[in-house]
Amino acid sequence: MSAYQQWVAFCTIVVKEIRRFTRIWPQTLLPPAITMTLYFVIFGNLVGRRIGDMGGFDYMQYIVPGLIMMSVIQNSYGNVVSSFFSTKFQHSIEEMLVSPMPNYVILTGFVVGGMARGMAVGLIVSLLSLFFTDLTMQHAWITVSVVVMTSALFSLGGFLNATFARNFDDISIIPNFVLTPLTYLGGVFYSLDLLPDFWRAVTLINPIVYMVNAFRYGVLGVSDVNVYAALGAILVFVVVFYTLALWLLNRGTGIRG
Amino acid sequence: MSALTIRNLRKTYANGVEALKGIDLTVEKGDFFALLGPNGAGKSTTIGIVSSLVNKTSGDVSILGYDLDRERALAKQRIGVVPQEFNFGQFEKVFDIVVTQAGFYGIPARIARERAEKYLRQLGLWDKRKNQARTLSGGMKRRLMIARALVHEPDLLILDEPTAGVDIELRRSMWDFLIGLNEEGRTIILTTHYLEEAESLCRHIAIIDHGQIVENTDMKSLLEKLQVETFILDLARPVTEAPRLPGFQVRLRDAATLEVEVPKTENLNQLFVELAERDLRVMSMRNKANRLEELFVRLVEQNLPGQAAPTEEVAS
Repeated sequence: MSAYQQWVAFCTIVVKEIRRFTRIWPQTLLPPAITMTLYFVIFGNLVGRRIGDMGGFDYMQYIVPGLIMMSVIQNSYGNVVSSFFSTKFQHSIEEMLVSPMPNYVILTGFVVGGMARGMAVGLIVSLLSLFFTDLTMQHAWITVSVVVMTSALFSLGGFLNATFARNFDDISIIPNFVLTPLTYLGGVFYSLDLLPDFWRAVTLINPIVYMVNAFRYGVLGVSDVNVYAALGAILVFVVVFYTLALWLLNRGTGIRG
Repeated sequence: MSALTIRNLRKTYANGVEALKGIDLTVEKGDFFALLGPNGAGKSTTIGIVSSLVNKTSGDVSILGYDLDRERALAKQRIGVVPQEFNFGQFEKVFDIVVTQAGFYGIPARIARERAEKYLRQLGLWDKRKNQARTLSGGMKRRLMIARALVHEPDLLILDEPTAGVDIELRRSMWDFLIGLNEEGRTIILTTHYLEEAESLCRHIAIIDHGQIVENTDMKSLLEKLQVETFILDLARPVTEAPRLPGFQVRLRDAATLEVEVPKTENLNQLFVELAERDLRVMSMRNKANRLEELFVRLVEQNLPGQAAPTEEVAS
């Protein structure tokens, strides 16, 4: 395939993915908007008033970046894991496998589709947060870099999960039992400075801590971790996950007999 | 140049099942080729490997001169596949499915839409273009898969049971459509359980059983191998027992129906002379089975693992 043909094929997958999650918007775009609004009302407004400042900001301002990042993570992952597993389940993955499209185009197409949903939800949640607090951006390029790389990383995570999944239970185990706890314990709702030394050290093993804090640095200008180290770590993970996913796709793991 | 060349193709699945035991097959350009075999014989595995959906264990496959290992993208560009099972997104619209498939082949949207319209019209699905695929009938879904397989205009079209579950009228119209495609110069490979379909459409045939090609020839030569043909005769009045006719095996199906095996060495005129001599009038006559079906059953039975042993015992 020529470079132009590969570009057409890539755009076809991305458009197909965007069409899918916008067609079922009550399942994909609406729930995170409602959930995050509830977080803003309950944790930010009602409980947050009693908590007071955190990291030098009022509590609502402090949790908004984390909640945006949480939406991006969950939706990037959720989009690819459900979409790619569905194509396996319905055998419509065969439409792509019989075509001359290189595997990296298939992988990149799904990942960009997942990023599109993650960032669309992130944008919706950001706009909703404006009803509750002022949202400024201290470091625009860091904010954008973190969102792009994090959504890519969790799209790849969703792809890997779907590659090995054999049934619908397999695509809900990681989001429910790994992703959600790591996100809640990833510094979305609190500063690591509140933790005793031991638990602070344990928390630093959690990769989501670095994404949430890097994003918070981009928006508020404060972080519990070194932002550039965080950006570098996310990039390394993206490269490792992409290489692994492409290797599995080339082998035909989970998709070819 | 051949449309499809398969050399010593082997496939052993992870569970140890040896689905293909080194098959060789050549399909010439422009041919209408039938690949027949009982369930589990290796047809779908062969098609799966040719269409890159199944990894082979060893062997070589080339499509219109392009080696599937070394020139995979070029080989895939030339082949269209209509699988046995419905494999499109059930919630997608008919038109979108065909246009999207064209996109996977790098065909720009404008051309993709034109081609989708052309093939959906030809296959009688244009009125359904805005419907979700899941709302189509079984026959419509099969036609949708044919339209989708044609959208990149392949030279070689492989259809795995394309008329399974399709009513007779629609099956005939699909035959006409496939004949038209073949006349335009496309090579067609077909697997089917309707042997009448293979006999009507295909010029060459291969029979695969237990992962091996047991017959590979042109349809005429194959049918000539049929030594005995069985006919069903409906009599004008009932009889109490099967008549003894020299040179023919006769069985009584019911009081007014005979089943007669006619060897190739005998002719039907002689059969009717014998019947007339016994004052048996025949009101109608038909083949017990399609000729190819009769041959197919014999070939596959010969190839059954348990069949060879008793014959040797009797001989010794």
